[in-house]
Amino acid sequence: MSDAFTLPPYALGLGYEIDHMEGALPVLACEFTRDLMGRPGFWHGGALGGMLEIAALGAVRTHLGAQGGRLKPVNVSIQFLRGGLAKRTYAVGHIVRAGRRLVNVTAEAWQDDRARLLATAQLQVMIGRANGE
Amino acid sequence: MSDITDERMPLPFGQAFDMSAVAGNMSKMGHSAWLGVHFHAEGDDWIELALPWKAELAADVETGIIASGPIISLMDSATGISVWKKRGTFLPHVTVDLRVDYMRAARPGRTVIGRGECYRLTRSFAFIRGIAYDETPDDPVAHVVGSYILLGGDQA
Repeated sequence: MSDAFTLPPYALGLGYEIDHMEGALPVLACEFTRDLMGRPGFWHGGALGGMLEIAALGAVRTHLGAQGGRLKPVNVSIQFLRGGLAKRTYAVGHIVRAGRRLVNVTAEAWQDDRARLLATAQLQVMIGRANGE
Repeated sequence: MSDITDERMPLPFGQAFDMSAVAGNMSKMGHSAWLGVHFHAEGDDWIELALPWKAELAADVETGIIASGPIISLMDSATGISVWKKRGTFLPHVTVDLRVDYMRAARPGRTVIGRGECYRLTRSFAFIRGIAYDETPDDPVAHVVGSYILLGGDQA
């Protein structure tokens, strides 16, 4: 199932990995490193936003399977709920609605306790046509 | 891990904002250094950072188009610094929310400029907006809008 989704160079470079599948959804994980740091000892908000976005795109890609063209995020809205501590961090996306051209998807990130979310995001993702447009 | 959490940016909290202090930190350590983000230009309530293209930032090996994650980081940094610029002081603040609209893909090989503007400060909040562009500001790659909660000097 995870074969349907490969992490882009950007995600691999920062150490994001597919930790496990939750049903059909890939759960990403990442150890904290200096490369992810904003203010000392904390995740950079942008790095966390990037991880949420990759998790959301992973959910869309896995949902679509082999079909569907290039995925283009139209927009993303991120809420930062807590400071991201220097710890292993997880993120997963959920499909809200999958249409023919557009998918609405949410994503959430957490650390030790899944009930205490670190950040949430909502994305609109366009499915490119097979010819790449 | 302790060597990471113990690291301290030598930002002079409570003192007057100084872009050169931020620029020095950005190039030395952390996520901005990994991305290759550096200072580009500044105005009264805005600053511009530059994100040079590199293959490691790609969303797709074939096209070389950079992922949107680096754009989020560029804009979070640029808008965050614009809050310091507007406050005129190195006081802490935290991102509450950030929305990014992607107009088009950045062209592979081109440096993306992120302009962050703090257009309003209240007692507790800073409201920001910004654009990312790779040629001219009237042909943007992305628009952003968001808010920061301001923390007092005692929490620095």
